[in-house]
Amino acid sequence: MTASPERWRMIGRAIVTLLVAAAIYEAVAQSGIFPAVLVPTLPKVARTLLNLFSDGTMLWHAFYTLTRVMVGFALAVVAGLPLGALMGRSRAVENFVLPLASALMPIPSLAWVPVFILWFGLGDTVTVLIVLYAAMFPMLLNTWTGVRTVNPLWLRAASAMGADGNAMFWKVIVPGTLPFIITGLRQAFQRAWIAVVGAEMLAASDWGLGWVIFDAKEFLNADVMIASLAVIGGIGYAFERLVFGTLERVTVLRWGMVRAATDRGRRVAPTLASADSRGG
Amino acid sequence: MSDIEIRDVSLVYETPSGPMRAIERANVRIAASEFLCIVGPSGCGKSTLLNLVAGFLSPTSGEIKIDGEPVTGHGMDRGVVFQDFAQLFPWRTALGNVAFGLEMKGVGKEEREKIALSHLALVKLEKFAHSYPHHLSGGMQQRVAIARALAYNPSVLLMDEPFAALDALTRDAMQRLLAEVWRATRKTVVYVTHNVAEAVYLADRVVVMTPHPGRVKIELPVTLARPRDPLSVEFLQCQKDLLRHLGSETAAPDEPEICKDGAQP
Repeated sequence: MTASPERWRMIGRAIVTLLVAAAIYEAVAQSGIFPAVLVPTLPKVARTLLNLFSDGTMLWHAFYTLTRVMVGFALAVVAGLPLGALMGRSRAVENFVLPLASALMPIPSLAWVPVFILWFGLGDTVTVLIVLYAAMFPMLLNTWTGVRTVNPLWLRAASAMGADGNAMFWKVIVPGTLPFIITGLRQAFQRAWIAVVGAEMLAASDWGLGWVIFDAKEFLNADVMIASLAVIGGIGYAFERLVFGTLERVTVLRWGMVRAATDRGRRVAPTLASADSRGG
Repeated sequence: MSDIEIRDVSLVYETPSGPMRAIERANVRIAASEFLCIVGPSGCGKSTLLNLVAGFLSPTSGEIKIDGEPVTGHGMDRGVVFQDFAQLFPWRTALGNVAFGLEMKGVGKEEREKIALSHLALVKLEKFAHSYPHHLSGGMQQRVAIARALAYNPSVLLMDEPFAALDALTRDAMQRLLAEVWRATRKTVVYVTHNVAEAVYLADRVVVMTPHPGRVKIELPVTLARPRDPLSVEFLQCQKDLLRHLGSETAAPDEPEICKDGAQP
């Protein structure tokens, strides 16, 4: 994807935002209002980060956490998307699943950690299940809502053209629901991160970004904690921009199913209305 | 092409305020390759009747047959065009939309794209084959919808006010285009409209419906020669006759009924 001037401007604006936030933090850290050991300056955090990366430990922590996130997230998508779609298409499934989802949803995923530890012991099973639990509901609810907003004309037109159950689902309902599915993926991913860090603090033994933060607290290593937080933020940012942003750009934005925020009511692309009279 | 028989068809909706007779004992026969327009005011059941023929609805009583076969649901012997531009799939290009029915039929990719392209050419949009619907104007989107409904070669084309949401100039151009397409393909067309001039321009025969309950009031043949001139005296007279039957204009008793009697074009 070649970067257009508009895209460079967007990157520039993002950098400005980050720089301003960093400057405010640095000013507070340098001011001496708080003890330096609790609010380390950015150069100190950067050195720590560099050390943690160069000896490989941070990469392993990030790898473990990311793996738990991806496995739990993937399971949540595989379970939540079809179930949400079924809920949107079938009153019986909706009637059965909705009360269950409504009751389970408000329970914070971390409240399950002690229960899951009792059931499954310490380790990856618990963290993955907690991620699955947290990521499942955004996927389910967004897909469920999305399927119910699919334009009935698409369904009518498709069935008039002979689309049956399978083709109808994959070629009409899924693409027709995609703006909601992408929102579901984003929210699920975000919830997965929130859950994994918490779960690692309580249930993981030696590896993971959540565990690093929790462990650093014992030794007053605020620089390690902030460095780990920066890594989490960085990974989240990269996924949002590279994965979800790209997915949105090559699908629903390109198809005109959603508008780019920068357009503010302007049309994404000029219509070819002037060419129309030619054809008639 | 196929003939359609609508025999004694009634449709009753159950509503909270009691049964609503949407269609009452409709009887219409449509010959193969005929262009039939159904006109009437809002709520007369004209779209409902079309949806019954399309198989989206089932009659409470009576029967609809296409080529002697009773209609039991939607089928690929019928193509449907709706009023709303949003009927196209936004995630498919014009070509992808037109090829959809062929894809469902299991036609290979190369073959179906060739057929789809030829149908886009029929509605003069082959240059826009790779455009997504949101890049096309309303008139162009409706032309894609017509190409899409024709591409898998149904024998009947069902159209529910396809041009009602277009501006007047585009609508005139679209009517000319549709008349051409019909002449080229000789499909049996059932076309619902509330626009009297449109009906006179397009139809071999016009069915007038009245509301509460939805009934077929009268059928009028339009025998004007094609292509028709919407500004000719005969055309305007025909329009007047039709309007009179719609109850929105009272003609003088001594005026001849060109529509009914088939005066010379």
